[in-house]
Amino acid sequence: MSKASGHMRTDLGKVRFRGAAGSGTAHFWQQRVTAVGIGLLAIPVLVIIVMLLGRNHAATVQILGAPLVAILMALFVIASAWHMKLGMQVIIEDYVHNEKLKLAAILANQFFSFAVGVVSLYAILKLTSGV
Amino acid sequence: MVEFALPKNSKITEGKTWPKPEGAANVREFKVYRWNPDDGKNPHIDTYYVDLGDCGPMVLDGLIWIKNTIDPTLTFRRSCREGVCGSCAMNIDGQNTLACTKSMDEVKGAVKVNPLPHQEVVKDLIPDLNNFYAQYASIEPWLQTTTATPQKEWRQSKEDREKLDGLYECILCACCSTSCPSYWWNPDRYLGPAALLQANRWIKDSRDEATGARLDNVEDPFRLYRCHTIMNCANACPKGLNPAEAIAEIKMMLVERQV
Repeated sequence: MSKASGHMRTDLGKVRFRGAAGSGTAHFWQQRVTAVGIGLLAIPVLVIIVMLLGRNHAATVQILGAPLVAILMALFVIASAWHMKLGMQVIIEDYVHNEKLKLAAILANQFFSFAVGVVSLYAILKLTSGV
Repeated sequence: MVEFALPKNSKITEGKTWPKPEGAANVREFKVYRWNPDDGKNPHIDTYYVDLGDCGPMVLDGLIWIKNTIDPTLTFRRSCREGVCGSCAMNIDGQNTLACTKSMDEVKGAVKVNPLPHQEVVKDLIPDLNNFYAQYASIEPWLQTTTATPQKEWRQSKEDREKLDGLYECILCACCSTSCPSYWWNPDRYLGPAALLQANRWIKDSRDEATGARLDNVEDPFRLYRCHTIMNCANACPKGLNPAEAIAEIKMMLVERQV
């Protein structure tokens, strides 16, 4: 229960309830940091995507497997997955008010974002190692 | 989930159209939200016609004219009629503002008047602001010091006093908080723009000795960080203040004390 319930509680009692969580600043800051990171990485990633246009499979593997390209793509994937997790959590907290559903949604969001990040990183690693 | 639609018993219906005043050359149509907790009916919009020849220029003048000459049951708060008490905050023509400083000339077509959005209605245009006031109380809006009280006043430089400009003018009319979608969805946990602007007013006061405790009190994913800089607050404020900027300043201070 994160909401103060009970009709006999005073208005101030409801507002104060369990006090401030003392967190939220890290979440806020990380969202900005990842946003700046994505912004900076968007240009090289766009260049890479343009380079891939019209290439066959072998050429695509060769470009994406190059060390600098792979590192840029990996950084982009990490920043994006992290940013996605942070952003989706805010939306869930805004709109989902059933406490159990909210916890489940936040958990699912964590797992999904982490999985998307790991799967993408694995794909990049696989291209780099030429397997 | 958040309720996006009004509950069945809150759906607004067409109300009564009151007759036009006899012999009036220049009338203005008012469409006003009515709800009486005692008659069991749904809220409805009543239509009135105000005689502009017998009435002042502001929306509040129109409402007072309606109450005095057509329908004494029309219920709304008002006091100073000059924009300093904040009592007559309501939604006029789709915008939260003060009825006493909103001119009828600024509104095109019928003057549509509703209570402040997303608050429980006590009657007609009167919202229940108990939670809003409790949130204001929770930021402890008074000077807090540990140092022994000086013989004269607590001293403050001219520059430090100027830092309170744009904050101290807030009249707590609730136009900003009730215009904020984040406040609509989480009014019980998000303090809202008005309380946070007031929090910043005390955080920035150079005479106060509880700055850190004040920052601690708002450092919370819901109390503060529900603000997503939607900026409706700054748009609505009838005093021309910018609560969104005040909230951003609090966030910056919280980041700065960590890095």
